[in-house]
Amino acid sequence: MLITELKAKETIASQLGSKVFVIFCHGCKEIRFPEKEADDLLEELTAAGKVTGSITTDYICDPDQLKLRLEKFAAAIEGADTILVASCGVGVQTVASMFESKKVVAACDTYALPGFQGVTPLEHDCKQCGECYLNLTGGICPLTACSKSLVNGQCGGCKDGKCEVDPGMECGWERIQKRLAQIGRLDALKAPIQIRNYATDVNI
Amino acid sequence: MRITELFDNGQFVVTAEVGPPKGIDASHVVEEAKEYLSGITAVNVTDNQSSVMRMGSLPACVMLKNAGLTPILQLTCRDRNRIALQSELLGAAALGIDNILCLTGDHTKMGDHPGAKPVFDLDSVSLLHTVCQLEKGVDLGGNELVGEAPKFAKGAVVSPCSDSVDAQLAKMERKVMAGAEYFQTQAVFDSEKFIQFMEKAKQFGKPVQLGVIIPKSAGMAKFMNKNVAGVHVPQEMIDALAADKERAKAGITGVEIAAKIIKECRPYCQGVHIMALGWEAKVPQLLELAGI
Ligand code: SF4
Ligand code: SF4
Repeated sequence: MLITELKAKETIASQLGSKVFVIFCHGCKEIRFPEKEADDLLEELTAAGKVTGSITTDYICDPDQLKLRLEKFAAAIEGADTILVASCGVGVQTVASMFESKKVVAACDTYALPGFQGVTPLEHDCKQCGECYLNLTGGICPLTACSKSLVNGQCGGCKDGKCEVDPGMECGWERIQKRLAQIGRLDALKAPIQIRNYATDVNI
Repeated sequence: MRITELFDNGQFVVTAEVGPPKGIDASHVVEEAKEYLSGITAVNVTDNQSSVMRMGSLPACVMLKNAGLTPILQLTCRDRNRIALQSELLGAAALGIDNILCLTGDHTKMGDHPGAKPVFDLDSVSLLHTVCQLEKGVDLGGNELVGEAPKFAKGAVVSPCSDSVDAQLAKMERKVMAGAEYFQTQAVFDSEKFIQFMEKAKQFGKPVQLGVIIPKSAGMAKFMNKNVAGVHVPQEMIDALAADKERAKAGITGVEIAAKIIKECRPYCQGVHIMALGWEAKVPQLLELAGI
């Protein structure tokens, strides 16, 4: 089970461009979604004239389903420079990999709750760490895509693009580097030094 | 003596690396270092290198210091959380060890205890940041230290011949942001690549020591190409090592190759770091051939 909580308003605001498409995922039934806070946020953004469109849906971790649902929003998405996603980490990663040329911003931190998790995603994974890093990494989770769960960049163990620990796995930080270059966000690599807060990680 | 003072004086800094034993008798490590490495600036002592369990870096550093050498304490984030790392740093400073090299560390799966829990509570960047905090008299939890704060020459590593050199440069920049004062590189066998790397790395304004391994044989070179990240020995060097087995066995070919790389790269870097991997006895000859 998991809980998502909205990040601080200033944190979200600092990530947004001028035109934003908003995706809310009410998710699988095991999840708690901060509905009221999210609605308030959407209202504020709309009042500021930033929103090109929005959708509230569920199971955005299923890329095929999401694609169908977003079809009718194609113009609104096209007109946005940022896609703000309020969902668990898997949902944000799914959207980020679908729109590789847009800035995809995670609005939430994902915390774990003991118990069963509703979806088993094939491609993306979220450890529910409680302080989502996706806004610093172009929407690729550094905790699950890097064998050492590094949050400050690549170690010295990447060979031919693969991870030293598992040569069958692409190095997560090589992927992050490429993605950030692709979306013109290499400045994210100059973010302040990150130190994990295990107090928010109930898995420990 | 902090080696940053020497970089500041424009000295070309030579360091080499030794590994503590898997056991309690480190006398041969100290003897070899005394015999072959006392002419150089400082000696790195590895921290359970390649995730293979050995005597700790700190006690071995103290033994070398007592023998008159200048040790550099290597510290990885693989085996200790932030409490243990800070505690180790305070202990090092108390014992007079004031040169450190901060690394993330290899994964536990790479070593001789693959079932061990990998820690990585901090990483090389956040460890450097932590050291700076301690130097300000505050720990990572925000609590004040009692008495004098420690002061270290803070080193870090970078892999200039890595095939993902952009990610390496980005990480290097973060290390500088976090307080790294000098860099030692992964072993270089391609001077051209190193020079290109230095063109980009010099913007950070920190001294860089060229990493050098003396290739022992064609087999070792091929092994590194296959298994060691960031290391690529060009085919013509492998051929040279294979061509004259006698000379290669005696170490002559390998020493010549390493000396040539040092000579070619010297104008572009501020020092050299030799990973002798058991061939400490060849270091004086290498330095002589390289003209240092
Ligand atoms: S950083 Fe990764 S593990 Fe943490 S909340 Fe985001 S997706 Fe989940
Ligand atoms: S090689 Fe890449 S994925 Fe593997 S531990 Fe290092 S940074 Fe992480």
